[in-house]
Amino acid sequence: MSKNPDCIVFDDAAITRGDHVIWQHGTFSIPYGSVTAIVGTNGAGKTTMMKAELGLLPLSHGSVTVLGKPAGQANKRIGYVPQSYVSNVDSNLTAEQSVLLGLTGTRFGIHLVTREERDKARQAMEFTGIADKAQYRLSELSGGLRQRVAIAQALVSDPQLLMLDEPLANLDLASQRAAVHVLARLNKELGMTIQVVAHDLNMLLPIMTGAVYLLDGHPHYADMGKVLDSDLLTHLYGTQVQVVTTPQGDMFVTPTPDEPDTQMQDMHTATEVAQMHHHDHGSLHDRTAVDASAAGKDGK
Amino acid sequence: MGDINFAFDPDWMSTLTAPFMTNAFVAGLFIALAAGVMGYFTIARHSTFAAHALAHIGLPGATGAVLFGLPVSLGMGVFALGGALVIGALGKRISEREIATGTVLAFATGLGLFFARLSSSASQQMQSILFGSILTITKDQIIGFMVFDALLLILLAVIYRPLLFSSLDEQVAQAKGVPIGLMNVAFMAIMAGVITIAVPAVGTLLIFALVITPAATANILAGSPFKAMVIASLLCLVSIWLGLVLSAMFPAPPSFIIVTLSTLFWAIARAAYALKAH
Repeated sequence: MSKNPDCIVFDDAAITRGDHVIWQHGTFSIPYGSVTAIVGTNGAGKTTMMKAELGLLPLSHGSVTVLGKPAGQANKRIGYVPQSYVSNVDSNLTAEQSVLLGLTGTRFGIHLVTREERDKARQAMEFTGIADKAQYRLSELSGGLRQRVAIAQALVSDPQLLMLDEPLANLDLASQRAAVHVLARLNKELGMTIQVVAHDLNMLLPIMTGAVYLLDGHPHYADMGKVLDSDLLTHLYGTQVQVVTTPQGDMFVTPTPDEPDTQMQDMHTATEVAQMHHHDHGSLHDRTAVDASAAGKDGK
Repeated sequence: MGDINFAFDPDWMSTLTAPFMTNAFVAGLFIALAAGVMGYFTIARHSTFAAHALAHIGLPGATGAVLFGLPVSLGMGVFALGGALVIGALGKRISEREIATGTVLAFATGLGLFFARLSSSASQQMQSILFGSILTITKDQIIGFMVFDALLLILLAVIYRPLLFSSLDEQVAQAKGVPIGLMNVAFMAIMAGVITIAVPAVGTLLIFALVITPAATANILAGSPFKAMVIASLLCLVSIWLGLVLSAMFPAPPSFIIVTLSTLFWAIARAAYALKAH
């Protein structure tokens, strides 16, 4: 079982909070070296999924294996950047010290910071393009730079898997581009597997190799070709969405302007749908395809 | 100026050399060390309100102890520790805790008043518990402070980095395996101890200015946690010692001068930082 060549393996995994099913029947594998987005509407359980992969939330059913070990047991080899990091605006810590905590923060007892550790921190900061800001306090940096400090902190321990929760939220376009550029280099140059919670796919489309979409209370994994389907995305977001391909070959996901009032929207929350769907797991994908095309037709 | 007598006391040097003053200076050293170090963590953890509340939760313990003829510090410490463990067990999510903490704070203050009214000796001590009485600190108390500071430094030497990590990036620290629940309870328990030894200096009502304000000033001046802790301790020490000297010179209570100095340092640092930023 530990011989599995994939980085993240879900096997009939489910998460419940109280008697409220957040998602269930999660069975899929994400390969090493991939860049995956976790997408879904608000409350679909995207952050919950990341916490389950980190072993911070217990599964109510099934199993999740990450880097060949049960979730939570390989966290030393995972770099994690939570969403709330951006709110840490009043910290007087310098960027360098924040990055160093990624190496030394878990150690009990007295340890002086070694030259080697400082060099590692510097390398991580150079990689994310903030080496010149090492002595700035976090409170003096913009949201985009603080985000790159957080990524450097996650990188400094040489992780094999990097997990970022909404890394592009609240950033301006230039900062989003810079952050995506860092992720692209990590993936291409260091072969790092990357997983990103995102509600806007457009910025990530050029580097994404696949997506986990939380649909109808079930997580599914699909590679790029299947993700960029208007009907699927329309169902996923609960609003009319189209995929536009420019003459240059770039693709965009965009809401259709002026939704007709008569349109039947799928307004169920993920939880409601999770409770409605008690079908056999084997037919899941067929069923989803039917649902998705039905939703597409409703809109026309 | 009528009946108000605010005159320089030419005899202040002899006041300063009195034994009770020596006790106050030594106590100030131990209080400043503990307050400066923990003040930094309190701000980093966004737990300043909880720290303030602990002092008030200790109040009924202090007046209750007087009622039963026990040492004030013992009652204060037990109640503050109890409150600290409850707040610590509830977790670090302050946004959810503010109302609960504030409600318990008000109730505890009321209970403290009730206990004080039950005995005349507690009633007499009420003012010194609320506003401090650094000039009445005894040798035994100083030994207690010394033991507490030694334990504090040993414990902090062990948990320094994980406590810092969990204070600044709780979610990442948790993912990396730092026991954040334990860190939270440890922090609150230490905080209860710091409050207990700082209350004799300035009292439960003014404690914020002694424990939190110097650390806030140090945060403006220094960029590293360790430097900030050293500076906070020094500012706290200067406030207490200069407060004692000035209170010997002028007829003002030491608590008032200590708190005034601490506030003044903070205001100057803020103003200077604002000017520099422009």
